[in-house]
Amino acid sequence: MQADIFAKRRNESLIFFTLLAILTVGSIIITQYDVLKGFTSIAKALIWGCTNFYPDAGSMQKLADILPKLWETVLMSIASTTVAAVFAILLALAGSRTTRMNSLFSVISRGIASLFRNIPLVAWAMVLMLAFSQSPLTGYLALFFGSFGFLARAFMETIDEVSNNAVEALQAAGASYFHIIFQAVLPSSMPQMISWLLYMIDTNIRDATLVGILTGTGIGFSFDLFYKRLDYHAASLVVLLVVITVIVIESISNYVRRVIL
Amino acid sequence: MALLELKNVTKYYNNATPALSEVSFEVREGEFVSVIGPSGAGKSTLLRCINRMIEVSGGEIYFDGVIASKLRKRDLRKLRTKIGMIFQHYNLVDRLTVLENVLHGRLGYKSTLAGVLGRYSEEEKKQALEIIKLLGLTDQVYKRCDQLSGGQKQRVGIARALVQNPKMILCDEPIASLDPNASKIIMDHLRNISREMGITLVVNLHQFNVALKYSDRIIGVNKGMVVFDGAPEDLSAEQISDIYGSESGDLIIEPGEKNAS
Amino acid sequence: MTQIEESIKGWGRLKEKGHINDGMDLSAVKPLNKSSLAMRIILLFLSVLTIYALFTIDYKSIDVPKAFADTISNFKTIFLHPYSHRFSLWEAFYEVVVTIGLAFLTTLFGAVIALLFGLLAAQNLAPKQVTNMIKAFVAFIRAVPTILWVLIFAVAAGLGSAAAVIGMTFHSVSYLTKAYSESFEDLDRNVLEALTASGANWWQIVFQAVIPSSATYLLSWTFLRFEINFANAVAMGAAAGAAGIGFDLFMASEFYFDLREIGLITYLILAFAIALETISLRMKGRLHKRT
Repeated sequence: MQADIFAKRRNESLIFFTLLAILTVGSIIITQYDVLKGFTSIAKALIWGCTNFYPDAGSMQKLADILPKLWETVLMSIASTTVAAVFAILLALAGSRTTRMNSLFSVISRGIASLFRNIPLVAWAMVLMLAFSQSPLTGYLALFFGSFGFLARAFMETIDEVSNNAVEALQAAGASYFHIIFQAVLPSSMPQMISWLLYMIDTNIRDATLVGILTGTGIGFSFDLFYKRLDYHAASLVVLLVVITVIVIESISNYVRRVIL
Repeated sequence: MALLELKNVTKYYNNATPALSEVSFEVREGEFVSVIGPSGAGKSTLLRCINRMIEVSGGEIYFDGVIASKLRKRDLRKLRTKIGMIFQHYNLVDRLTVLENVLHGRLGYKSTLAGVLGRYSEEEKKQALEIIKLLGLTDQVYKRCDQLSGGQKQRVGIARALVQNPKMILCDEPIASLDPNASKIIMDHLRNISREMGITLVVNLHQFNVALKYSDRIIGVNKGMVVFDGAPEDLSAEQISDIYGSESGDLIIEPGEKNAS
Repeated sequence: MTQIEESIKGWGRLKEKGHINDGMDLSAVKPLNKSSLAMRIILLFLSVLTIYALFTIDYKSIDVPKAFADTISNFKTIFLHPYSHRFSLWEAFYEVVVTIGLAFLTTLFGAVIALLFGLLAAQNLAPKQVTNMIKAFVAFIRAVPTILWVLIFAVAAGLGSAAAVIGMTFHSVSYLTKAYSESFEDLDRNVLEALTASGANWWQIVFQAVIPSSATYLLSWTFLRFEINFANAVAMGAAAGAAGIGFDLFMASEFYFDLREIGLITYLILAFAIALETISLRMKGRLHKRT
């Protein structure tokens, strides 16, 4: 019997790793991924990075161009996240099992959340581009739609997890629907929701770079410009500034999270 | 006259066997009634049918002269303000203070806007503080409920029910999550509520020895049916094994011993 | 016990109204504690920035109401009339498979590297200096947007799948390292103690106790990352010329202005994304059960 167990284990691992190997080889073929080039490029990129990809004195002069773009990007990320969060709360209240008005509404709300969440950010950006062209609104709206779907689902899960029991108690005391929302549901889920909000702002600053490259706005556009002009010193300065911004905002959110949770 | 009367109350969930079948009994004003029975006997369902947290499938419930089972939304809220409820898991909003949780008991009396904003009158606050003091929670008034012990949380639950000025309080397994010391404190408080304030109590308990010690009357439930209804003195060992099933034989102490504890 | 005695004595007095009021401040139902103060400040701060941002957006360069109207009519075309004359459904499907292939390779490389990093970042398995070093390194990687990693590697490897996979692997490593190390840290310390006591060395402990007992969670996290990488691979196709459906989306939008083709592509991506989401929701359920 014991030998059987070991043999079974071995067979299972064998199947697992064979499957993994097949999928890997398949993926390499289908994506035409050059394994050798892929790995050697890491070393190459490192060497190139150390010799070329650092801000120099000349790039510092471009700081005056870059900083307003960075500020614009940060503002856009915050504004799109906050506005999305307001709409997401409404959708989450309609969709959550604890606070829904009726089950049909709930299913529809969950469907909407899932739809928005799964349409990739780039698709939003590309479509909005057609009508809004290179306006900052393009980036703002793309981030708004992406955050809306994500936050709606995160908020729904938060409400589901957090407030079930208290809702029952308030119902039993004769409280109305809105009393329950404002006195039980929101107070108990607010810290978790703020935590998601901060996480989303963080993510959006990074995604704003991507959207900016696609739509020609904000800090992504600055990077793209320097990159295409082969001005790598200035491009690296942009990267550095993004990194600093993201890390600063991440530490602020971590601090806030520690205080409120 | 009876304060509460159940007539042939029946409840079906999805399956064919009823959770409650043809349950009928009366409760007089000021009585301390314990509902005992094994887990899954339908005690919780029974309690929640009384204040219509669960809708009955058949039968009628009269409370304080009105047919509770026929009330519309607004009148149902009014009815619920007259019936307090206490839960096994306390069902407090953990992140709010003791005082705020206690005041939640007043929400049934408030307009939507006042309740949403959490505006309570001086009179209401004064009453809440009095009750908090009587329950020995004065030092905890401004503490958040997640910092309290289990026994303290349950006392907050009792205070929340009392602040409703109820005619009756339903207690769903009030001591099932507490240690013996805290249990005794809670049960003593409940007895005082019954004796001094004249509030009717219907208490679900699964420890029948506690029920024997505290209640004026005992209702035994098994498989959704009332199998015993009478004074604690009349409960024989045989009837206890009827309620709990024959397996419980060894656990049963002689009813005569109840006064010794 | 005295406290209870006292409160019981109080019961009789309850009905005589309102004589218990020992100087408590009745106006404050909710004293501000640190947590709710912090929440108010952060919400106020964010609202102010949002309002400022919304007022200072440059609206002049475009006709906003017209742009909104156009976008709505664009969405109508996209969702109601998906079609492509450039390629067949089958060819589009193949491109999605390519995108999935990119996501798979990225996740696999990321997982292998993150397994090592995760062991070194777990506080119960590695010394504190090593842990901190790995954590700082990983935080730095995460702070650089994925697209920038890809473009940086593209300078050395050229635009294409090689740069995309390597660039995206970086983020997978940082995400999975964090997830893995937390899974490892949740392990029962008694098991580690028992094995150490029986004379097992570090590698033996890792392969006989640590990895087997957290395997389910590692797999779940890896799948969650796979879902994210799918979305990333679409994005990299569009923004960094990596192969797959993302590139087609970019072409349809930027070169052909073909709304109906965007529609077809969006539907395909949606179908795959929702399928992945459904699986990963189940996986999440498994992660939750543990706590």
